[in-house]
Amino acid sequence: MGRIWILVGERLALGVITLLVVSALIFVGVELLPGDLAQEILGQSATPETVAAFRHELGLDQPAIQRYFHWLLGAVQGDFGTSLANNRPISELLSVRLGNTLFLAAFAATVSIPLALTLGILAALYRNSIFDRLCNVVALIWVSLPEFFVAYVLILFLAVRVALFPSLSNIDPGMPFGELVYRSFLPALTLVLVVMAHMMRMTRAAIINVLASPYIEMARLKGMSRLRVILYHALPNALAPIINVVALNLAYLVVGVVVVEVVFVYPGLGQLFVDAVTHRDVMVVQSVGLLFAAAYILLNLIADVLSIVTNPRLMGERR
Amino acid sequence: MTRFFQTLKTAPYTAWFGMAVILLVAIIAILAPVIAPYGETAVVGEQYEPWSSQFLLGTDNLGRDMFSRLIYGTRNTVGLALLTTAIAFTVGSLLGIVAAVVGGMTDRLLSRIIDVIMAIPSLILALMLLTIVGASIASMVLVIALIYVAPVFRLARASAQSVVVMDYIQAARLRGEGLGWLVVREVLPNIASTLVAEFGLRFCFVFLFIAALSFLGLGIQPPTADWGSMLKENATLISFGDITPLLPAAAIAVLTVSINFVVDWMLHRSSGLKD
Amino acid sequence: MNDHLDTLKRSLIGGQIDRRGFMTGALAFGVGLSMASSAYAQAEKATPKQGGTLRVGFLQGSTSDSFDPATYNNDFMFVTNYAVFNHLTEFAPGGAIAPELAESFEAEPGAKVWTFKLRKDVEFSDGRKLTAADVLASIDYHRGEDSKSAVKPVLAQIAEMKASDDHTVVFTLTTGNADFPYIFADYHLCIKQASDGKIDPMSRIGTGGYTVESFEPGVRIKLKRRDSYWKEGRAHFEQVEITTISDTAARMNALMTGQVDVVDRPDLKTIHLLKRAPGVRVETTSGTLHYTMPMHVNTPPYDNRDVRTALKLAINREELVEKILRGYGTVGNDHPVAKSMPFFDPAIEQRAYDPEKAKFHLKQAGLSSLDVQLFTSEAAFEGAVDASLLYAEQAKKAGINIEVVRQPSDGYWSNVWLVKPFCTSYWGGRPTPDWMFTAGYSKDAEWNDTKWQNERFNTLLLEARAEIDQNKRAEMYSEMQRLCRDDGGALIPMFGQYVFALRDQVQHGELSEQWNLDSLRFVERWWMA
Repeated sequence: MGRIWILVGERLALGVITLLVVSALIFVGVELLPGDLAQEILGQSATPETVAAFRHELGLDQPAIQRYFHWLLGAVQGDFGTSLANNRPISELLSVRLGNTLFLAAFAATVSIPLALTLGILAALYRNSIFDRLCNVVALIWVSLPEFFVAYVLILFLAVRVALFPSLSNIDPGMPFGELVYRSFLPALTLVLVVMAHMMRMTRAAIINVLASPYIEMARLKGMSRLRVILYHALPNALAPIINVVALNLAYLVVGVVVVEVVFVYPGLGQLFVDAVTHRDVMVVQSVGLLFAAAYILLNLIADVLSIVTNPRLMGERR
Repeated sequence: MTRFFQTLKTAPYTAWFGMAVILLVAIIAILAPVIAPYGETAVVGEQYEPWSSQFLLGTDNLGRDMFSRLIYGTRNTVGLALLTTAIAFTVGSLLGIVAAVVGGMTDRLLSRIIDVIMAIPSLILALMLLTIVGASIASMVLVIALIYVAPVFRLARASAQSVVVMDYIQAARLRGEGLGWLVVREVLPNIASTLVAEFGLRFCFVFLFIAALSFLGLGIQPPTADWGSMLKENATLISFGDITPLLPAAAIAVLTVSINFVVDWMLHRSSGLKD
Repeated sequence: MNDHLDTLKRSLIGGQIDRRGFMTGALAFGVGLSMASSAYAQAEKATPKQGGTLRVGFLQGSTSDSFDPATYNNDFMFVTNYAVFNHLTEFAPGGAIAPELAESFEAEPGAKVWTFKLRKDVEFSDGRKLTAADVLASIDYHRGEDSKSAVKPVLAQIAEMKASDDHTVVFTLTTGNADFPYIFADYHLCIKQASDGKIDPMSRIGTGGYTVESFEPGVRIKLKRRDSYWKEGRAHFEQVEITTISDTAARMNALMTGQVDVVDRPDLKTIHLLKRAPGVRVETTSGTLHYTMPMHVNTPPYDNRDVRTALKLAINREELVEKILRGYGTVGNDHPVAKSMPFFDPAIEQRAYDPEKAKFHLKQAGLSSLDVQLFTSEAAFEGAVDASLLYAEQAKKAGINIEVVRQPSDGYWSNVWLVKPFCTSYWGGRPTPDWMFTAGYSKDAEWNDTKWQNERFNTLLLEARAEIDQNKRAEMYSEMQRLCRDDGGALIPMFGQYVFALRDQVQHGELSEQWNLDSLRFVERWWMA
C-alpha cells in the first residue's frame, strides 16, 4: 500500500506543476487574444484617448510579466485578486458559482454513473439481444444530438407543452434543497442524457473485450453463470478503461457544461469563464482556469489510483 | 477479396443498415454538386417557402433551398469530422501506446503535456485558440484535432498499459523486438477494439463539438452549410413544435447510429466471441 | 362619440371620476352598456396600479458589468441605471425632452449659457438631499484627462459649469447649442452623490424609484421599490428582477412559460409563431437605430462621388428590410435622421434600387465595372453578414463586384470600423439631428466613420446649433440631410425597429421611442394590470 502513497504524493507534486503551466498558458493565451478589457467594454464608443485612460486605470499598461507574477503571488497566498471589470473580489465571485457548478455536476453524476454502469453491464451480459440493441440505439441517438438540441427538446416537452419543470434554472444558494433539485432538474437531465451513452458503451465494450480472454473461457467451462463470470471475472479486469471514461465524463460535468448553462441560464462557472474570456478579464479567466485545471487533475489522480488498485497485475509490476 | 465478401455475409442486419447509410452518405458527399438542385449559398426563392416540388424541403430564412443545403452540409460536416477524427486518432493512439510501452521519462513527459491540454476545458481552449488564430476551416480542424488527441492518448495509454504487463509482451521484449514492432504488432491489435469503439463515438463528438462552437458563434462560418450550424440556425423553431430543425438533427442521428452499428459489429468480430 | 369616450377614459385615468361616473357618463352619450363596460375594462388596464413583481429577461448583461457609469455598455445596465438613478432630463413620449431632476432649464439668447434649476424635494436612498454639488461632480466624472467615458467627447462643449446656489447649475458652452438639454438624458450622465467634489463611481445610492437588493453581474439583479420616491405616478412595481438570458430560444421559452413578463429582442425568425402564443404580445417602437455601410471618402475609389452614388443605387433596400429585419424596420435614405426625430424632412426623395442608373454613374466615373471589398461581421449587427451577402448579389446587376470579407467579431470596433474603407456598422442614433451629425459626420468628430469633410455641411452644423428660430433650423437641417444623402460617404440602407415581447398583464401608457423599451425607462413607467 505504501507504494500507492508515494505515487499519490508524486502525482500531487506533478499536479501543482501542471497547474502552474496551465495558468501561464492561459495568461499567454488571453494576452494573445485580439483586443483587451478596455476595448471590449468601451466597444464601439471607444476613442484612443478613453481606451488609454481606462487601460491606465486597470493597470493594463504595465508589462505582462509583471502582472502575471503579481497575480501568481497573490493566488499562492489564496488571494485571487479582484475582477478587473468591476473590482469585486474574485474569490467571492467564484465561491457561489463553484457551488452551483458542483451541485449540478453531482446531481447529474449520481444519476448517470450508476445507471450507465448497470446498463453497460446488462448490455454486455445480454449482448446482441433486443435489450442490448435498444439500449444502444437510444443511447446513440441521444449522444448524437447537440446538447442545446437535447435541452430544447426537453424544454419543449417538460416545460412548454406540459409545465412540469421551469425552463429557467435561476437558482439561489439560499434555496432549500428540494427547490434546488426541482429547478435544476432539466439541466441535470440534459447532462445525464449527454454523458450516459459514452460511459455505457465503454463499459459494454471493455467487458466484452475481456470476455474473449482464456481465463474467462476457463471460468465459463467450469460452468459459472454468465452474470457471475461478468461480475467476478470480467468486470474487475475491465475496470481501468471504465474508470477512465467515468473520470473523463465527471471532469466534463464540472468544466464543460457551458452550453447547458447558457440554455438554462444556470449560474455556473462555465458561463463565467466564457464571459470573462470574451471580455478579456484576465484575472477572472486565470482563476477559473486554475479551478478547472485543479478539478481535472484531482479527478484523474483518483482515476489513476483506482485503476492501479483494481488491477492486481499493475500492483505487482516490477518497473 | 472473396474472404472480404464472406465476412460481409456474416454481418448482422444492423451492420448492413449501417454500411448502407454510410455508403449513401459517402455518395451524397462526393456527388453533392451533381445531386443538389441549387447552389449551396444561392438565394433561389422567398423566405420560408413550404415543401414543394420546386423546393423539396422548402427554403430557409434567406430563401436558400433547404434540400440543397442539407446535401452540401453532408459534404462539409462529414468531411471535416472525418478528417479531424482521423488526425486525432492517428496521433493520439500512437503516442499513447508509445508512452505505455516505453514508459519512464517519455511516458511522464507525454502524459504531462496531455494533462495540461486536458486540464483546460476543451470548449474554452478551442474558443481561445480560434480567436487567436482566426476562425478558418483549416484552423478549426487542427484545433479540434489537437483537443481530441488528448482523450485518445489517455485511453490508448490506459488500455495499452493493461496489455503491456501481459506475458506475451514481456516475451516480445525479451526477444528484443523494436519499439515499432511492439507498438504496431503486439499492442495495437490488442487494444484495437477499444479504440475502434471510441472512434465511432469520437467521430460524432467532433461534429457535436463543431455544433457547440457554432452555438457560441465560432464554428463553421456562414454561408457554408453544415448540419450543426443549420440545426443551430433553426433551433428556436423547436419551441413552437416546428419540424424543420429535426432534418439536420435526424441526419446527424442516423449517421451516428449507423457508424456505431458497424463499429459494434467490428468490435464483436475482433473480440473473437462466438455468440 | 368616440372622442367623448376618450375624454371620459382620460378623466378616469386621471382619477377625476370613478367607475360609476364613467358608466353614467358613457351611457348618457348613448354608448351601449356592453361597450361601456369593455371600454371601462380597457381604461382600467390603462390606469397605473401599484404592486406586483416584474420579471425581465434580457439578451445582454455580463459578468464584467458594474455600476460605473463610464463603462455602461449594455441594456441590462442601462435599464438598471434608469431604475436606480435619475438624470437632469428625460425623454418624454413623442421625442420631447422633459426636465427630471431639473425643475426647469432655460438658455440665454444664443444658447450659449444654460441655467438648470434643480428640484428641492429630492432625496437619495440613504436620506441625503440632492444638491448642485452632486450634479457637478457626477458630470465632472466624465470630463477631464483621465476619463474613460463614452460621453467625454459630447461634454467637450462645456467650457465652464458652476453652481450659483445649492439648487442652480449654470453651464457655459464653447458654442451655442439649442439642443443642449438632450445630452443629460443619456444613461451615462446619472446623478450620484458627491463627497469632496467627487462621486464614487461604483456607488449604488441613487435618487431613483428603486434600490438594489442584490446584484450578481451577468446573472440577475433584484430591485426593490422605494417608498420615499419623489416622483409621483411612477415606480409601480413592488419588486423587479432582471435576468440575463442570452440564448434566444431560452428567452422565448421563459416568456411563453410565464417565468418572465418582458423580454427584449425576440427571435424575428419565429416571431409570427410567438405572436400566436397565448398570453403574449409583441410590440415595436421605431426609434433612431440605423444600420450603415460607411465608405471612406478620402480613399479611392470612394473618393469619387459617382462611385459612391453608384454603390448607393446598387442596394435593394426593400429586400434587405424584408429579409434581414424581417419587416421590422424601414428603408433608409443615406442620411441618419430618423422619421421620429425633430427636423426630419419628408420632402427628400427616397433613393431606390436602380442598377441601370448605378451603371450610368459608374460610367460618369470612367468605369465599366467596379470591384470593392466590404468588411463585415456579426458584431456590426445581427444579420450583417447576411445583409452583405444579399447586397453583393444585388450589386452584381449593376456591374459591381462586392467581395464580402468576413471579420472576427472580437475587436471589430477597433480593427475594422474606422479603419477599413468600406464596412458594415450601426448607430444607435441620437435624439436630435445636431447630436447625430456632430457625433458621426462633423469634420473633427472622433467617430466620423466616413472621413467626410464637407465645408458647407460643417458651416451649417454650427449655425443651426446656435439658431433658436425653429423654421430657420428646419431649413438648415433639411439642406444637411440632402448633403449627407447626395455627397456623404454613408450608405444607410435601413432603420431598425425595436421589438420586444411581454405578457398580457404588463401594461403601459404611450411609449417614448428614443431607445428600446420606453427609452429604457419601463421599470419605473410600466405596471401590472
